[in-house]
Amino acid sequence: MTTTGTRPLTELATRIRHHIAELATTSPGAHVGGSMSVTEILTVLYFDGVLRVDPDDPQWNDRDHLIYSKGHASAALYAALAERGFFPVAELAAYKQPGSRLAGHPSRSIPGVEWATGSLGHGLPVGVGIALANRHDHNPGRVFVVLGDGECQEGSIWEAAMSAAHFGLDNLVVVVDRNGFQEDGPTEEIMALEPFADKWRSFGWQVSEVDGHDVTQLGDALHRLPFTAGQPSCVIARTEKGHGLSFTANTHTWHYGKFSAEQYRQALAELSGQRAEAGS
Amino acid sequence: MTGTVTPLAPGSADWVRRHGLSAIDTCRLAQLHAADADNRITSIEGDLGDCGGDAFAERHPERWYDFGIAEANLVGAAAGMASRGKIPFVNTFGGFALTRACEQVRLELAYHQSNVKIAGTFTGIVAGFSGPTHHCGEDLAIARAMPGMVVLAPADAVAAYQLTLAAARWQGPVYVRLGIDPTDQVYDDSASFSIGGSTVLREGEDVTIVAAGLTSVATAVAAADSLRSQDIRARVVDLYSIKPVDREVLVESARRTGLIVTVEEHSTIGGVGATVAEVVAAEAPVPVRMLGMPDEYAHEIGSYETQLRRCGLDVDSVTAAVAGEVRRWRR
Repeated sequence: MTTTGTRPLTELATRIRHHIAELATTSPGAHVGGSMSVTEILTVLYFDGVLRVDPDDPQWNDRDHLIYSKGHASAALYAALAERGFFPVAELAAYKQPGSRLAGHPSRSIPGVEWATGSLGHGLPVGVGIALANRHDHNPGRVFVVLGDGECQEGSIWEAAMSAAHFGLDNLVVVVDRNGFQEDGPTEEIMALEPFADKWRSFGWQVSEVDGHDVTQLGDALHRLPFTAGQPSCVIARTEKGHGLSFTANTHTWHYGKFSAEQYRQALAELSGQRAEAGS
Repeated sequence: MTGTVTPLAPGSADWVRRHGLSAIDTCRLAQLHAADADNRITSIEGDLGDCGGDAFAERHPERWYDFGIAEANLVGAAAGMASRGKIPFVNTFGGFALTRACEQVRLELAYHQSNVKIAGTFTGIVAGFSGPTHHCGEDLAIARAMPGMVVLAPADAVAAYQLTLAAARWQGPVYVRLGIDPTDQVYDDSASFSIGGSTVLREGEDVTIVAAGLTSVATAVAAADSLRSQDIRARVVDLYSIKPVDREVLVESARRTGLIVTVEEHSTIGGVGATVAEVVAAEAPVPVRMLGMPDEYAHEIGSYETQLRRCGLDVDSVTAAVAGEVRRWRR
């Protein structure tokens, strides 16, 4: 399924936020901030014809791979996968419930999940290996690794970044959800990442910086891959932590949490307003 | 038939002897030979220097990568390759793979049951002059605590060749523990090895010496031979497959000889001795005395021989320790 035009994509993003709000209410808790910030990134990857995947055949050999390295924000990933048809939307209600496969951090028992993530800094090395193997086999499948900005403090990210450029992996794409926060506060206060784009460039990557809540900007970047033949591509998506809800936006307080009934009602009201706006 | 030369089978004892090969050499050759027959085999390494990767790089350049000094990425990338059907051999220091890249081994290899093989060099105390940063007595304990991880410790270059081939055939993660220097040959041409197996190298009734790995098994055999002059007949078991382990041979040994002494170039915490103790405590309780690296880091550098003596792992020390145990339990 490919959705074109920004209006349906924006609407889909709102629908995913709706799911996130629901999961933050019905489950013991969810990583709300990082889920809300990554929403448009996932929307464009899954619904704008970027990722070549087949929900009816998740292991299709020629598929693109999405390594969702920021596994904490599983609520957003599960919502996107369900909306994309990898499993029934109704199953989202089982999020973090006993006996469910929808754990707090994604595992490979979930259709569409390529790699168990959540322990941070692991996704990019795995992506490097998949990209190397696919290039060796002349397999067209590309590898998209979605990173949180906080996890870029892990050394393994930069080991992998160095090797991806060294091996000239232009079938490898990093999308960083640059929301500026980690659990303890703003990244620049806890452990500064800036100049962030320069870091990737100096490691040999081609970088594009976009507004990570603008589906048009995201789509434009992700539809012209690789940015340069023979080099890995990095999209730095500038986002807002907790984007979409007035009380979760731009704070690390809602890095993780559980919505009260009142907060859920407020979330619904704000999101239906956005939905009406997107649909108008 | 004069003038004809019978070709030596690769991995055979004669072939190893003729070429003076170490366990690392034969492990690398086994990777190469496996790769000749199976194009899924890849060989990757972390700046290992003169440790035998060149032949693979020359013959299969498209399946050989040097990841430089970056073990976490090395292990993670191997797992990514395995998820696409490759069978990567990760060549690096065993200590670095299992400690520095421990979490990648745990999640990317063990949790995902990735079809990756780690060939770990420089284990134990072979790097005597390199100092405590390069001694490695923790790798077996860490590796075998990981669910689904196969842990192998070949006793010599013949075993290293055969067990590397066995690892290549095994579906799932395997850690092969290798030392570095050429070592005494333990095996002759009749030897065969399997994952989950073991070899009884000497028969005896008074005590069982269970050993695994380079030097330790040869030391156990030499000690057993020396003990005969003291009227002590020792059974010697090479427990080269530390996980899965041959429970049967351990239970049988416990029942036959009672006392067991273990010998390993690894901490006495969590390694071969612990494996043996876990099995016999549950199934045939007998005293298990563990000889291995003490629970401390080396304070002085020195040759391999010096380090072995320091740890009580040279032939004389092992012989004396076994004799002492036997006398103690005979009383």
